Amino acid sequence: MRPESMKIFDELRNLNVLTVQNAKREGKKVVGCYCTYTPQELILASGASPVTLCGTRQEPIPAAERDLPRNLCPLIKSSYGFAVTAKCPYFEAADVLVAETTCDGKKKMYELMSKIKPMHVMNLPQGPKGEEALVAWAKEMNILKDWLAEKFEVEITEADIRKAIKLMNRERSAMRNLHATTKVKPAPITGVDLLVSVWTKGFNINKEDGITLVEQLTAEIEELTAKGISPFTNETPRILLTGCPVGFGSEKVVRLLEESGASVVAFENCSGYKALDRLVDESENKDVMVALAEKYLNIPCSCMTPNEGRFDLINKMAKEYQVDAIVDLTWQACHTYNIEAYAIRDYVQNQLSLPYMHLETDYSESDVEQLRVRVQAFLELIQGE
Amino acid sequence: MITAGIDVGSVSTKVVLLIDDEIKYLVRPTGWSPRDAGLHAYQELLDSAGCNNNDVSGVVGTGYGRISLPIIDKAVTEIHCHARGANYLVGQGGLLIDIGGQDSKAILMNERGKVVDFAMNDKCAAGTGRFLQVIAAALGVDVSELADLAENRQPLDINSMCTVFAESEVISLLAKGSDKRDIIAGIHRSVARRVWGMASRFGPAQCVIFTGGVAQNHDVRNRLSQEAGCPVIVPEISQMAGALGAALYARELKK
Ligand code: SF4
Ligand code: SF4
Repeated sequence: MRPESMKIFDELRNLNVLTVQNAKREGKKVVGCYCTYTPQELILASGASPVTLCGTRQEPIPAAERDLPRNLCPLIKSSYGFAVTAKCPYFEAADVLVAETTCDGKKKMYELMSKIKPMHVMNLPQGPKGEEALVAWAKEMNILKDWLAEKFEVEITEADIRKAIKLMNRERSAMRNLHATTKVKPAPITGVDLLVSVWTKGFNINKEDGITLVEQLTAEIEELTAKGISPFTNETPRILLTGCPVGFGSEKVVRLLEESGASVVAFENCSGYKALDRLVDESENKDVMVALAEKYLNIPCSCMTPNEGRFDLINKMAKEYQVDAIVDLTWQACHTYNIEAYAIRDYVQNQLSLPYMHLETDYSESDVEQLRVRVQAFLELIQGE
Repeated sequence: MITAGIDVGSVSTKVVLLIDDEIKYLVRPTGWSPRDAGLHAYQELLDSAGCNNNDVSGVVGTGYGRISLPIIDKAVTEIHCHARGANYLVGQGGLLIDIGGQDSKAILMNERGKVVDFAMNDKCAAGTGRFLQVIAAALGVDVSELADLAENRQPLDINSMCTVFAESEVISLLAKGSDKRDIIAGIHRSVARRVWGMASRFGPAQCVIFTGGVAQNHDVRNRLSQEAGCPVIVPEISQMAGALGAALYARELKK
């Protein structure tokens, strides 16, 4: 049985557009973001609303390929494609864009995109370790704050930032609780539903409403659990998905896994749990910018070198979610995740002693049957065929 | 006991009847309808063996057309069927390479034919039977002639991984006056390299078991052996490994 609240999330996709447009009409500023490294707190503190614009759909890709190389990650092409085709209402609504120097493909694409809308790009340190990285990233926080203040002609006070930190931490906690609902065996909802609700949430500019809705969904899922209702059985293999971001429109691997008889219970990717694991330190005696810098710098994304945090997070999540296997998804031409797959395979197979499969694909449907064979063979392997 | 395995591949459909320990088999082109190809080939083999569907205690389907077969008791992926079938044919475990019509696989199996790990080529056709077909057509020879032509020839470098570009590379080599046989040897070596590149993750190996249609090409076989640095075993009915594995699964089903 599907939770009733899921219907709200299904409709939310259209509703969110209206909310954004209404907010705009009331004079609210909208900031488009592309990555979990964007400190949403600073945007909120400036009185604007952040929306995530990461492209997860195939449709705008051909348009993007007029300017960008074909051999580029579909996420970058899709994001850019939405910008040039004027087909994404959120992109259209955005007054300004905030991005970071993450992978090479993204940062070079941003140069092109910045010609379409005003954009600020934050200089992300290459690695999470060391005092210098933290100092540099805290400084970038200040630069962004000043940029936003100037653009929107507002003053951003420390109190505003502290308030935003509290709000964002509440949102993160609510999202964490939602993810945690699938820790039970068998999971009360499908991975596709979990993904869709988490994804849709990213477009909701009204944070308080969003939190309430997520809490409502979580409560409802917990009721299902209490009643022992689940689309799966105790024998259904439980999968942790790691790797590149996955969203609505690019959920084909999640779908294939579940169609083939698995249950995707955990999403380690940044569109899932990766950025939720750590909250921002709220202590009053802490410098707000340092507190923000610490949180964001520690997101274990593959564009960091080294990126040891990802191993720890996979390990922790594999245990908490009682997973039977790990699937690592790489979007074609994503070098950072693709290369990191080597080390992740070694870690998963030899340290965690869990079955591991790496898949490389794009958003198109052209290889679905091929992938199906692999996914099914992998599940047969787990189930000891 | 009689069990059957039906392997509907993209190019050919293979059926095996396992009558106790006797293997009867049949290969037919898949054509337009995987469903019809599977059903007809199965019926044909039943007829020639003088039995009917009721005598068969289990049918397992495999290959890309496996789900379209209405008569099967179970579908098992070709990865597992190939391993099981190859293991039965050669009586050992290890590293199995299967090159079929449109994909190639490397499968690591234990001594009972159970899959331990596997890898499969992605989207592109390089290193598959299809690749050889395209090149053979460009050279105006039949796929079955490739092996003899290339034997003991000095392979030319073929740099393109993509089938379409490899074809134009071959044509420009021809235009430059290169010997057809050296070109084919080069193509064979590039298939072997490509496939070993994928399989070497599970290596080094004591020996490689090689199945699928392309395994019938002895020149590819030799070049694979050179790349892998170990002997290559090709079971006599290498093309039947998947269907045989399916029939073996069907046997377990009814135990
Ligand atoms: S994977 Fe890394 S670079 Fe890509 S969106 Fe997520 S955090 Fe940003
Ligand atoms: S998936 Fe990889 S290549 Fe694509 S934007 Fe994220 S880090 Fe960059």
